[in-house]
Amino acid sequence: MIVVLSIVLPFLAAALIPFIYSRFKKVHLGWFVLVVPVVLFSILATYIPRVANGEVFVKTFEWIPSFGINITTYLDGLSMIFSLLITGVGSLVILYSIFYLSTKESLHHFYCYLLLFMGAMLGVVLSDNLMVLYVFWELTSVSSFLLIAFWHHRKASRAGARKAMTITVSGGVAMLAGFLMLYVASGTFSIREIVANLDVVQSSAYFVPAMCLVLLGAFTKSAQFPFHIWLPDAMEAPTPVSAYLHSATMVKAGIYLVARTTPIFGGHEVWFWAVSGVGLLTLFWGSFNAVKQFDLKALLAYSTISQLGLIMCLFGLGSAALHSGYSTESVIYTQATFAALFHLINHSTFKGALFMMVGIVDHEVGTRDIRRLGGLMSLMPFTFTIAVIGSASMAGLPPFNGFLSKEMFFTATLKITELDLFSLNSIGVLFPIIAWVASIFTFIYCVIIVMRTFFGKIQPDRLEKPPHEAPFGMLISPYILIAFVVGIFIFPNVLGHYILSPAMASIYPMFPSVEDMTPHIAAWHGYINTELIMTAGVILLGVLLYRVLKKWRPIYQLIPPSFTLNALYERVITSSENVSGRATNRYMNGNLTYYFVYIYVFFVALLAGYMIYADAFSWNPSKDSVIEPYELVLVFVMIMAAVAIIFAKQRITVVLLNGVLGYSVAFFFVVFRAPDLALTQLVVESVTTALFLLSFKYLPKLKNEYISKSWRFAKITISIAVGATVTLIGLAVMNYDRFEPISKYFEDSYNLAGGQNIVNTILGDFRAFDTMLEVVVLFIAGLGIYTLIKLKAKKGDADVESK
Amino acid sequence: MESLMIVLVGILVAVATYLILSRSVIRVIVGTAILSHAVHLLLLTVGGLKKGSVPLLGQAAAPFTDALPQALILTAIVISFAVTAFLLVLAYRMYLMNGTDDLEELGGSSDE
Repeated sequence: MIVVLSIVLPFLAAALIPFIYSRFKKVHLGWFVLVVPVVLFSILATYIPRVANGEVFVKTFEWIPSFGINITTYLDGLSMIFSLLITGVGSLVILYSIFYLSTKESLHHFYCYLLLFMGAMLGVVLSDNLMVLYVFWELTSVSSFLLIAFWHHRKASRAGARKAMTITVSGGVAMLAGFLMLYVASGTFSIREIVANLDVVQSSAYFVPAMCLVLLGAFTKSAQFPFHIWLPDAMEAPTPVSAYLHSATMVKAGIYLVARTTPIFGGHEVWFWAVSGVGLLTLFWGSFNAVKQFDLKALLAYSTISQLGLIMCLFGLGSAALHSGYSTESVIYTQATFAALFHLINHSTFKGALFMMVGIVDHEVGTRDIRRLGGLMSLMPFTFTIAVIGSASMAGLPPFNGFLSKEMFFTATLKITELDLFSLNSIGVLFPIIAWVASIFTFIYCVIIVMRTFFGKIQPDRLEKPPHEAPFGMLISPYILIAFVVGIFIFPNVLGHYILSPAMASIYPMFPSVEDMTPHIAAWHGYINTELIMTAGVILLGVLLYRVLKKWRPIYQLIPPSFTLNALYERVITSSENVSGRATNRYMNGNLTYYFVYIYVFFVALLAGYMIYADAFSWNPSKDSVIEPYELVLVFVMIMAAVAIIFAKQRITVVLLNGVLGYSVAFFFVVFRAPDLALTQLVVESVTTALFLLSFKYLPKLKNEYISKSWRFAKITISIAVGATVTLIGLAVMNYDRFEPISKYFEDSYNLAGGQNIVNTILGDFRAFDTMLEVVVLFIAGLGIYTLIKLKAKKGDADVESK
Repeated sequence: MESLMIVLVGILVAVATYLILSRSVIRVIVGTAILSHAVHLLLLTVGGLKKGSVPLLGQAAAPFTDALPQALILTAIVISFAVTAFLLVLAYRMYLMNGTDDLEELGGSSDE
């Protein structure tokens, strides 16, 4: 029940915000909002001991039971980590935003979006039903879109929001398709039930496609290569948003999804290589690109991408343990997953603090450009402390938590090379090498953050405001996070035992014991091992490379600007717009004749094509009635009149020839024993001809149409093709005798309807509805004609129609 | 006879198509009129021709010609008449407003 509350409460609070905002204008709205995550965090924290004992909390509410879509909340170790992060970092971010955003901003929008996001994010991590998870997943995309474009008067904000929306929603839709495949394969939307019926799912043909689609969703959301391009642009959002969404929570939704579906897909070779390979590539590419950034937030964005790649890679490595089931050897590889979860928490602490630090610098100095910053150490000592601790932790230095997770990461990459699986024995050696190189770059950009911002000479003329220390309130949140950075280093096993090991149980549900999978984390192993040497190498080479940064910086210009992923993305978007625009303009040219051509060509292609395909053209004249000479004459007259209309130069000729056709039809009705039809046709034809003649005075003369030879040829071809199609289909269906006609029934019209004229009884009695509506048609046509002639725009408002 | 009628229908359809594809609105309207003639004849033909006497009880003896297609055609004649008349007046009004009956000149409003 409490778990459901934690999803619903943020939404409820978001709905209440306008009322609170209008009632309490004087108090910063953030103070009210702060209550929500704090309450949720405290409630969830009380569950920690029970979850640590292996308890799970499930509650189901029916939503669309006929489709198996129910709101099932599910709190286990894995959900616990994420929901604690969401509410915990959420509280700190809201506290920070109270001091960051002035009351002049439209705060009610900001907090409404933020609460929506929080609720959606809690929904993602606490849902057991795939469809419900998807709903919340898209809600995070939407609320993130709203938050990125919070300052919507700026062009860059709108562009960043649109890009983030496009990429994450495309991934989300792919994920939806993957979920549906999982449903088809397993027959249930519940993740727990899918895990329970793993054999059925894994033997399904949908298994690998579903895996790839789900991964696409996870990779786009978590900014993995090559979908990472939205994250740096999303830095246009207010800094509390960047700290919350784009470092601690939303970008980890993809990670959550990978962790949550590891019991389903893990152990498969494709999964292993996709997750760990893409993660490794992202790790390297993000850290490599972070070094060249001048904007502190862009630098942090690339560092987030890189760290997410690290976590992703670790989850991939950890999934190898599932391949051969539980054994003492395979348990070793679960250490990678443990490291991933550990780094996930560490990253949220130090990256949140670093974003808040950048926000403080931006807020107090007026710029985030490292070329204009420098020498702030003595002016902003508290902020400087945050930067040093956060960066050191990110770089993986003791005595901070980043050191522990980086060591565990190196251990995992070294261990995986020993695995004789997935052709790892040949190319597995790449893992530690790339990881090590990426760590060097990580070290370099961490040094850049600290050195370029706080050391060197201050440039007061290039700063917008005179620098000074931030207000106390702004420093609270980053200091709490910094406290965690240090605290986790000192007491890593408290975290490991209470938070991480129950999550391990969620990822490896079929492994018998959690104890085996929970290592004892120690900062100092008492001896020098390979990982420590690697770290030493990172520091040594990092310092060296930072010293000579100016010398090798030009390598970033090796990639021409038109070949970057961003340029590629822009080109794909603009060219698809251009191509579709051109195509539409080409075939929708506004000329009726062209549309007729499309219709006829499709008509012929479809009908004649199908008849040829089905070999259905046949002709059986054996039941034909005999041809009398006068009928032959009538046919001849009609053909002549019809062909002559085409060549007629005068309007009068056209109308009279049309009359000839109409009267010939009437004669045919006489010949074919249809007196009522003949009567009607004669009258109607007379009236039509009269109408044509009447409108003569008002209509223009026929012009000679000067048309090109090819167009005339096309017209003739199309006309003949249409005529031939109709003829051939007519010949094929003529003399149809598979069923008796129902007309025998109508022939009893005298007894049934009291009439001797069968046609009239059909019209007036048997099928009188047709007649009634036909009368309505005539009535409407009459009204229409009347209004067309009578109603005209009055003088002075002649432009009615083009308005 | 049926085969011959269907060939005639095909020729009428071809002529109507050719007219509908022209640029002058009047030719298009005449084309639709011819198309409706063709369809009426087709309806009658596939119902079977001269397979009996006039469908009037008391006037002739059974077998009668199929009366159902005749009823359908009667409805269709009236409807096509209404549509043709409306189209004609629409063409008149259009000519009044735009000063041309050339579909190519009428075609395509500038991008809204």
